[in-house]
Amino acid sequence: MVDMSVNLCGLTLDNPIIPASGTFGFGYEFAEIYDINILGSISLKGTTKEARFGNPTPRIAECSEGLINSVGLQNPGIDKVIDVEIPKLLQFYKKPVVANISGFSLEEYVYCCEKADKIDAVGIIEVNVSCPNVHGGGLSFGTSEKSVYEVTKAVKAVCKKPVFIKLSPNVTDISAIAKACEEGGADGISLINTLLGMRIDLRRRKPVIANKMGGFSGRAIFPVAVRMVYQVYEAVKIPIMGIGGVATAEDVIEMMLAGATAVQVGAENLVNPYACKDIIEKLPEAMEAYGIKDLKEIIGGAH
Amino acid sequence: MKKGIFKVLSNTKLCEKVYRMELLGDCSDITASGQFVNIALDGLYLRRPISVCDVNGEVLTIIYKVVGKGTEFMSGLNAGAVLDVLTGLGNGYNLDKCGEHNLLIGGGVGVPPLYLLAKKLKAMNKRVSVVLGFNTAKECFYLDEFKAVADEVIVTTVDGSLGVKGFVTDGMMKVMGYDCFYTCGPEPMLKAVYNATEVSGQFSFEERMGCGFGACMGCSCKTKYGNKRICKDGPVLEKEEIIW
Repeated sequence: MVDMSVNLCGLTLDNPIIPASGTFGFGYEFAEIYDINILGSISLKGTTKEARFGNPTPRIAECSEGLINSVGLQNPGIDKVIDVEIPKLLQFYKKPVVANISGFSLEEYVYCCEKADKIDAVGIIEVNVSCPNVHGGGLSFGTSEKSVYEVTKAVKAVCKKPVFIKLSPNVTDISAIAKACEEGGADGISLINTLLGMRIDLRRRKPVIANKMGGFSGRAIFPVAVRMVYQVYEAVKIPIMGIGGVATAEDVIEMMLAGATAVQVGAENLVNPYACKDIIEKLPEAMEAYGIKDLKEIIGGAH
Repeated sequence: MKKGIFKVLSNTKLCEKVYRMELLGDCSDITASGQFVNIALDGLYLRRPISVCDVNGEVLTIIYKVVGKGTEFMSGLNAGAVLDVLTGLGNGYNLDKCGEHNLLIGGGVGVPPLYLLAKKLKAMNKRVSVVLGFNTAKECFYLDEFKAVADEVIVTTVDGSLGVKGFVTDGMMKVMGYDCFYTCGPEPMLKAVYNATEVSGQFSFEERMGCGFGACMGCSCKTKYGNKRICKDGPVLEKEEIIW
């Protein structure tokens, strides 16, 4: 028997597999096809203060081994998430979940995180700092050490539960950004969010996506994610949730060797709705193949 | 939704760029006409959503037009090829709201899902009139199949090379006394149908999808009943809820 459990800021997860925000809705719809209680946890759809429709369609463009999305944080708003979506999920899922929070101002982050922190089912708050700061000229919060530090500090002041900051890879120095989160009091780092990308339709001679640009994810970005997790592991002491292109049990092991304590599976859920289940079922075999008895022991093992 | 392995039984060219593929596999999750399947193809990241044309036991029939890399790949598949297919996707047409005389209006590759619908309505002993619109006679397909099922079939072509010259709306004017309609086709056609009749009906929409089963929010649209995902809450919307 192998031990797949990991400890994330005091929470014991049965295994490190967590569907990534935006690729699993609020989870309950996947309960129609398999028992989602096998998951280590679930990172819920990104939630904002107000309900959002998101960006115009088309929002999706295919790439080699990946896709670009420009959904634009469509969600029913924090109140409906708490009153409707989370209770629906709790009918099927009995473990702590990760609440993924987005905001367009410091106040919005604080408002939503404070509300999410009070929900029993929420085990971890994951703050998405890839959104544009409306008071900061539209630049993403996640691209400056100063604004990331400010968001972290402000959110930490209102949260009792562990706060993970989910970082954008579209920066020059990911280690410096991660350090700023740690200095701001973050309990952990999630990375990477999507890479900014574009596809152009040759017939129309225009970008495929209505919003022109979007976030590139899928298997193609796995090496970028592994590299950034590796770098951040060297830069900070707080735990990391590794995200980006994970599609197999071997990818999970690789991501953990780079430094991840837990591993999120994103785009793969969209092409194989059973992706997380398949990975969890194949993980023991993959661990045995690489002589791993306890998954916890390999975290950062590549350093 | 179910994920299954399907074997290609046949893959036949019906007319220029349009193919009919018969697949053998578990079709038990296909519960309504107007639903679609989502097919994984080697070397392409996203699955390809294709509407269900017909189901007979374990045989699934789809009709697709070659419009890009995915459908081009599909057109090259031979009998015996094996495909990973998600079935039972989308809400499909609602038969509880059907009329005594139903008008089915299809344009181009919007025609195939109406075939299973026509069969289901006839099984309920309802009158079925069909208007099928194409650009030109050479692009027409499935006319005999529809004639074998429906009470009345009207073909329209834009260039007048077959049937009524003009659009499906010109064909609609020739059908009398229908009390419900179902339609599928390109969005400009759907809009024209919407404006061409006072009768209530159901519209099947198309949108670029990510997952096809409601997880990614890639294909959302606004309706009078709130935001809907074309893949999961659609692709069929009721006339009363549509916002153009």
